[in-house]
Amino acid sequence: MMRFMLLFSRQGKLRLQKWYLATSDKERKKMVRELMQVVLARKPKMCSFLEWRDLKVVYKRYASLYFCCAIEGQDNELITLELIHRYVELLDKYFGSVCELDIIFNFEKAYFILDEFLMGGDVQDTSKKSVLKAIEQADLLQEEMGLA
Amino acid sequence: MSDIVEKTLTALPGLFLQNQPGGGPAAAKASFSSRLGSLVRGITALTSKHEEEKLIQQELSSLKATVSAPTTTLKMMKECMVRLIYCEMLGYDASFGYIHAIKLAQQGNLLEKRVGYLAVSLFLHESHELLLLLVNTVVKDLQSTNLVEVCMALTVVSQIFPCEMIPAVLPLIEDKLQHSKEIVRRKAVLALYKFHLIAPNQVQHIHIKFRKALCDRDVGVMAASLHIYLRMIKENSSGYKDLTGSFVTILKQVVGGKLPVEFNYHSVPAPWLQIQLLRILGLLGKDDQRTSELMYDVLDESLRRAELNHNVTYAILFECVHTVYSIYPKSELLEKAAKCIGKFVLSPKINLKYLGLKALTYVIQQDPTLALQHQMTIIECLDHPDPIIKRETLELLYRITNAQNITVIVQKMLEYLHQSKEEYVIVNLVGKIAELAEKYAPDNAWFIQTMNAVFSVGGDVMHPDIPNNFLRLLAEGFDDETEDQQLRLYAVQSYLTLLDMENVFYPQRFLQVMSWVDASLSFLDGFVAEGLSQGAAPYKPPHQRQEEKLSQEKVLNFEPYGLSFSSSGFTGRQSPAGISLGSDVSGNSAETGLKETNSLKLEGIKKLWGKEGYLPKKESKTGDESGALPVPQESIMENVDQAITKKDQSQVLTQSKEEKEKQLLASSLFVGLGSESTINLLGKADTVSHKFRRKSKVKEAKSGETTSTHNMTCSSFSSLSNVAYEDDYYSNTLHDTGDKELKKFSLTSELLDSESLTELPLVEKFSYCSLSTPSLFANNNMEIFHPPQSTAASVAKESSLASSFLEETTEYIHSNAMEVCNNETISVSSYKIWKDDCLLMVWSVTNKSGLELKSADLEIFPAENFKVTEQPGCCLPVMEAESTKSFQYSVQIEKPFTEGNLTGFISYHMMDTHSAQLEFSVNLSLLDFIRPLKISSDDFGKLWLSFANDVKQNVKMSESQAALPSALKTLQQKLRLHIIEIIGNEGLLACQLLPSIPCLLHCRVHADVLALWFRSSCSTLPDYLLYQCQKVMEGS
Repeated sequence: MMRFMLLFSRQGKLRLQKWYLATSDKERKKMVRELMQVVLARKPKMCSFLEWRDLKVVYKRYASLYFCCAIEGQDNELITLELIHRYVELLDKYFGSVCELDIIFNFEKAYFILDEFLMGGDVQDTSKKSVLKAIEQADLLQEEMGLA
Repeated sequence: MSDIVEKTLTALPGLFLQNQPGGGPAAAKASFSSRLGSLVRGITALTSKHEEEKLIQQELSSLKATVSAPTTTLKMMKECMVRLIYCEMLGYDASFGYIHAIKLAQQGNLLEKRVGYLAVSLFLHESHELLLLLVNTVVKDLQSTNLVEVCMALTVVSQIFPCEMIPAVLPLIEDKLQHSKEIVRRKAVLALYKFHLIAPNQVQHIHIKFRKALCDRDVGVMAASLHIYLRMIKENSSGYKDLTGSFVTILKQVVGGKLPVEFNYHSVPAPWLQIQLLRILGLLGKDDQRTSELMYDVLDESLRRAELNHNVTYAILFECVHTVYSIYPKSELLEKAAKCIGKFVLSPKINLKYLGLKALTYVIQQDPTLALQHQMTIIECLDHPDPIIKRETLELLYRITNAQNITVIVQKMLEYLHQSKEEYVIVNLVGKIAELAEKYAPDNAWFIQTMNAVFSVGGDVMHPDIPNNFLRLLAEGFDDETEDQQLRLYAVQSYLTLLDMENVFYPQRFLQVMSWVDASLSFLDGFVAEGLSQGAAPYKPPHQRQEEKLSQEKVLNFEPYGLSFSSSGFTGRQSPAGISLGSDVSGNSAETGLKETNSLKLEGIKKLWGKEGYLPKKESKTGDESGALPVPQESIMENVDQAITKKDQSQVLTQSKEEKEKQLLASSLFVGLGSESTINLLGKADTVSHKFRRKSKVKEAKSGETTSTHNMTCSSFSSLSNVAYEDDYYSNTLHDTGDKELKKFSLTSELLDSESLTELPLVEKFSYCSLSTPSLFANNNMEIFHPPQSTAASVAKESSLASSFLEETTEYIHSNAMEVCNNETISVSSYKIWKDDCLLMVWSVTNKSGLELKSADLEIFPAENFKVTEQPGCCLPVMEAESTKSFQYSVQIEKPFTEGNLTGFISYHMMDTHSAQLEFSVNLSLLDFIRPLKISSDDFGKLWLSFANDVKQNVKMSESQAALPSALKTLQQKLRLHIIEIIGNEGLLACQLLPSIPCLLHCRVHADVLALWFRSSCSTLPDYLLYQCQKVMEGS
């Protein structure tokens, strides 16, 4: 199970955070700060996996944005890397060649997509089509209501 | 209750003036969304944290005003909520908005509700009290006819839901399992899974419904149910064995591409699903042959199918390998999995290499040859620029540490430790180093130095067990008083040196360890006297010393003792802790000792000692000692058994210097991992004693009965250390070498056994018996004891010598003892023990005369091709009448050769009159250093291609071995080659020259001619082996 997912910029600005295990606010802040430091200090050719505290961390950089997931001991690092990639694909499809700015200004949309893809830290739907269908359905309803 | 809450909320004034007519909402929307935009842009433009803080505080106060204003519409509220989420993400507190998030989820239309639920799930955690206000909203939405509302409710339920409110929604969610829409059923399953995680008891009754979900017509629902099954099987695998068939069938369908294309990920069928299933199968098949057999086929297919060169196939492969190694083993699958690991390890992609190392770490105890196979990669990874790779490599080495490679591995670990800053890493590594040091330390100096490094780096963060165990060890020792003393002495001297260094700070815990050790050092009296005579500083009272010590912790100031430094090398070590030693000499040693322990106890020793401090044990032991059989008990406890072979072999290879260095490192790292050592390695955890620890375990068991206060603990320790130093006790131990005493020993051990039956598990006792044999060599005690279960007493002395050795190392073959020289006084015979990792030469010297021999000493001349290492304790000054001593040397070969001689002499004094010397020589053959190399045919193939040096030769076979198998058998028996496989008229064999130079042999039979083809990484080895082969074939 995924413990949390962070999106942050090269400058160390948090863009999105999703916690799947109850964590106190103070602890969250500390973990985010520490982990960002560790990940940002790593060089480009280095391994995408870390052992950090009692967790495994999988991260990947897309353009200026780092996607960073903390998973548990028995979880598979490589598939988590693909999970990140699938999430990026979903964002890309939804926003149309997504960039950091899309996520900064529409972060709630990024959250909705994530919630449709993962539920409580586990993959619920790996089909790109059906995730986006669910999102569009909700969006459509919103538009209808906006018009009404 | 929540009903009332909801009404109260509704009644809040001014909140629900939404849907105001006119351009209000539209205008608001524009202004608000642009306000998020301008906020974001504003923040991005700022350069200092201070400015950001100012801006956000402004924003928050304006938001606070807006959300509580009566005129704010829900639409505006939605925009406010998004900005609040943004502020919280930047790390600012927006808790004033939480209640409004709940209200938004409750009252808003779909559009607003969605943001409200999102904000709630981001702001609150499971036990937040405000969550109770959400329950009714969730219940309402779960009952909604609108699909989107139902989905939102299910999503939020799976994110955060108060445990105690589960019953309120459970029936509704259960109903959703029958919903017509796949998406609802799927989310319901996942919500129930989350309930299972936080409150398993509450969903127990719906297990049968999970089975229905597993059989759902939609793949998504089935896949969701696997989360629950994985969890439940992890908790109790035996309850779900009947489902193995179903899981296997599902995996077969997935692997076979029977799923709809939309589940493909980069044209790999449902990888997430595959991995879930593989993990489930791994749990089901663990230690269960019958269940495992059901999955062999599908695992084989998974390994075969995952050929595509995409990361995701590697993810599946990795899981598959894990599963193959988790379940009941099947050699064919293991071979394929091992090959897979090779793909990872050898991959140029760093992520795959890392996972390869992880996989190796996981399987290394089952299959140590795999480490040998990849040793060069492992060596490279040890110096990898990425610290993560390095760390994983150390983790791998940690698993293969043994008495021979400990120094190299711990050195590597210490190097890493010194570069680490992360606390978690330090704690972890320090624990491992301490554990290895206690288990395999080659000698006292190394042990103390290693522990010093451990304390100075990890002192502040390490697990308290480490200093506790260490102090216990110093206090109790390991039964050879001389060695104990040396250990303590060395410890103290090293601390004095450390404290002498200026501007160095030590962690509090390390200082505590030092001061604890310092306080009980009455045995240093001799040195103190010397120190005093050479001008060391005089005694100071304990409290003053403590103060000084504390002040030294900050600034080391040595001015008062400056003079004493110059007087001698020794006094240099004496200050400042030397002062306390002075105290002991001033005549009231015992008294001050007591005083000091008392004061120290107050200073924080308490923290170091748990409820079961070590001294009650020590006390009970003292009691035993005063009983009937004091000394033998000590001998049983004795545990310094690791025959340590220092290994710094140089391998002569025709490679670059760097390559050579790596080879060298490899040979010192992977020593003891050779073909035959599989048993050793697997047995390691069980049979190899902790070098130091085991004894304390016994005492721990005994201490269970005794309880004592800290006061008692401390004072009795100091008294004990005095007792331990008493002269008769000391001489007692030395006395104890006669044959009669030895018989007593076995008797005693039996007695002890029956006495302590209730305290010690049986297995433990057995290991003591067998372990006590080798330990004697490390002692000053050169006698070979018959372990209680040993062979009949009628066996001749030499052979009994050998047989008792066999007790220790049943799998080692040894030669017969041969007399190498003798005179009227002594007789020397020798034999070889072909250990896995070295050749052990044993010379046993028998004193035939009725007189005592003095200064008996055996020395081996340095030889060109060999490196000879004396085993501990080979020099014993006194040799009693009609007794036998044995001297052990481990011999390593430095470069291949055919035959060589090892010569040496034995010297002794008789009756203080004349000294005598007797020379001897022993012949060594290359074959003494050849060991079988057990590898698979596949590995043979790989290695074969990688070796550059080869030799071919045809040998005529004698009639008796006209068939290939019999010829190979001869090679196997005479040369210790390992037969890997015989295919028709061809045979594959492998061996290694110690420490780890492999050599491969390919044989083919034509009529009566055997074509031999050797290949090796060493240029000369094939020639020498061929020569030996010819000799053997002709000879037979």
